[in-house]
Amino acid sequence: MKEKNYIKFEFPSRSANEGFARTAAACFAAQLDPTLDELGDIRTAVSEAVTNCIVHAYPDTFGKIVLKMRIFEDNTLEISVRDWGCGIPDVEKARTPLYTTGGDERTGMGFTIMESFMDSLSVTSVPGRGTSVRMRRKIKQRVGAAR
Amino acid sequence: MDIGFEYSARTLTVAPEGELDHHAAKPLMNAIGDRIDTYLPSQCVLDLKGLTFMDSSGIAVILKTYKRMKELGGQTWVENAGRQPMKVISMSGIERLVKIVY
Repeated sequence: MKEKNYIKFEFPSRSANEGFARTAAACFAAQLDPTLDELGDIRTAVSEAVTNCIVHAYPDTFGKIVLKMRIFEDNTLEISVRDWGCGIPDVEKARTPLYTTGGDERTGMGFTIMESFMDSLSVTSVPGRGTSVRMRRKIKQRVGAAR
Repeated sequence: MDIGFEYSARTLTVAPEGELDHHAAKPLMNAIGDRIDTYLPSQCVLDLKGLTFMDSSGIAVILKTYKRMKELGGQTWVENAGRQPMKVISMSGIERLVKIVY
């Protein structure tokens, strides 16, 4: 599938950047003319992915997060969130609903939300090297919408 | 994050405003905990009408408030959640513990 447009930005794993990341993601996605509900889903999924990096990838330090978004010709939006943090030893376990290592400030719902708010989610991780999360969501083309 | 608090008739109403994410969650949890300790209410209402965004960090806040209130033998309610926060709430299954008022 041919790529139509992309953005890539880097920021440190400071929690103050969570709002910026999801808002920037929503601004970029806006060119696909999504509904408010679709935009809400994208903001939520990005917020969960970025929060995971901040809380889990770099628990005691600030590290680099790169967010990349691509738009394909069939109106699919792809969002990749990459960190160079501690990695996830058991990705399958981490994706289990309600499983968390984050104590009572976290709920273990992050991956479950990304999975259900997006069409697909893939997670690759190497302990000690970092984690990459890739999500895709096809934005419905609305009849009568300006292209 | 701005947080409105109101206490009357043994009911503590908490009204956070803006975006509730991991960044905002801890100060909000602490502020709610402080008020619960001060007033020892029998009900805590989380009024979410001022929230423009909430992710799973908001569920952690609701859950923590529920646990705190349960220790006091009190109840927790969530009301006026908008569409986006409501979608996250519905996914979490927290309705089994906390009353959600539409």
